[in-house]
Amino acid sequence: MEALRKWVQAVWFFLANGFWGFPVSQNIYKGPLKVICSPGLNCYSCPASTTYCPIGSLQQLLLSIRFSLQNGHYYFGTFVVGSMGLLGATFGRFVCGWACPFGLFQELLHKIPSVKYSIPKKLNWFKYGFLALFVVILPLVLVDQFSLGEPWFCKYICPAGTLEAGIPMVLLQPGLKKTIGWLYLNKMMILVIFIFWSVVASRPFCRTTCPLGAFYSLFNRYRLIKLKFNEENCTQCKACHSVCPMEIRFNETPDSGECISCMKCMTQACNYDAISLEIGGYSLPNRILTSGKKAGQTLT
Amino acid sequence: MNGKFKIRKTPLVLISVFLLLWLTGIVLGEPSRVLEQACSICLSCIGIG
Ligand code: SF4
Repeated sequence: MEALRKWVQAVWFFLANGFWGFPVSQNIYKGPLKVICSPGLNCYSCPASTTYCPIGSLQQLLLSIRFSLQNGHYYFGTFVVGSMGLLGATFGRFVCGWACPFGLFQELLHKIPSVKYSIPKKLNWFKYGFLALFVVILPLVLVDQFSLGEPWFCKYICPAGTLEAGIPMVLLQPGLKKTIGWLYLNKMMILVIFIFWSVVASRPFCRTTCPLGAFYSLFNRYRLIKLKFNEENCTQCKACHSVCPMEIRFNETPDSGECISCMKCMTQACNYDAISLEIGGYSLPNRILTSGKKAGQTLT
Repeated sequence: MNGKFKIRKTPLVLISVFLLLWLTGIVLGEPSRVLEQACSICLSCIGIG
């Protein structure tokens, strides 16, 4: 199952970043596919990007809401929030575990051998602050004389934007080098911090900062496709605790907003069918999904 | 099948609500604005703007 997940992550990476003509065009993709929402965080100013980033687009719509209204347009972000909500209500944070390029990047970094640390649970709450403040409130409220705000999260925080757009665009268009200032350096510093943090801790950006992860986490309990805890089968062996990359105790908090539904607990740890995949109320038979070796199990 | 099959209605309600929101956005012409934004380089995202 883990190998399948890695393949799915790779496929999504290339679907969201499928424009490989950029070394010739020296520019970003500008075709009609960009009206499609990227499920994971993927900067639309990345030269290879073929979809729009929901967090970037939402900020752009909110920061120009007054300007749009003055010009007779009713762009409130309903199309973007609708797309995000459809993904959230169907998959929740499955998207983070299976379809986010920046999530994959952090997972690969975490494979680098080093001492590993956990992340204090209190830091998980920060991502909701970033969603509310940097994505919604600040772009909406702080506007200039032209009634335009700023994309606060993109501009001051997003390390995915720096990695996927900031670095490659400056390399592709050397003219941009002249405009580099403290803002660019600030974003580079944030990216470097997350790179080192990802080596020593599992998915720090997803857990503490990602506003898209925060949005999807709101749906984890009510999403259509989710992992179900079958309490009557649980022996409290706690095998699920040790495999979880998000440090969740699945048997204690099965609907945790932090669960990225990687399914490691189900396919690599639980020997008692206490965890199953459920679609709209129907539990899939576990034998379909669990064929690998599990914790504490020896293959004969 | 593991256990009884009892359909969960909340996800279906949520999907319907967001589908409605998505369609409203289309009726208001928002996709063209999203496309326009996504097709121009966001200097802020790069850390320049
Ligand atoms: S609780 Fe299970 S499915 Fe969720 S992130 Fe942890 S190991 Fe993966």
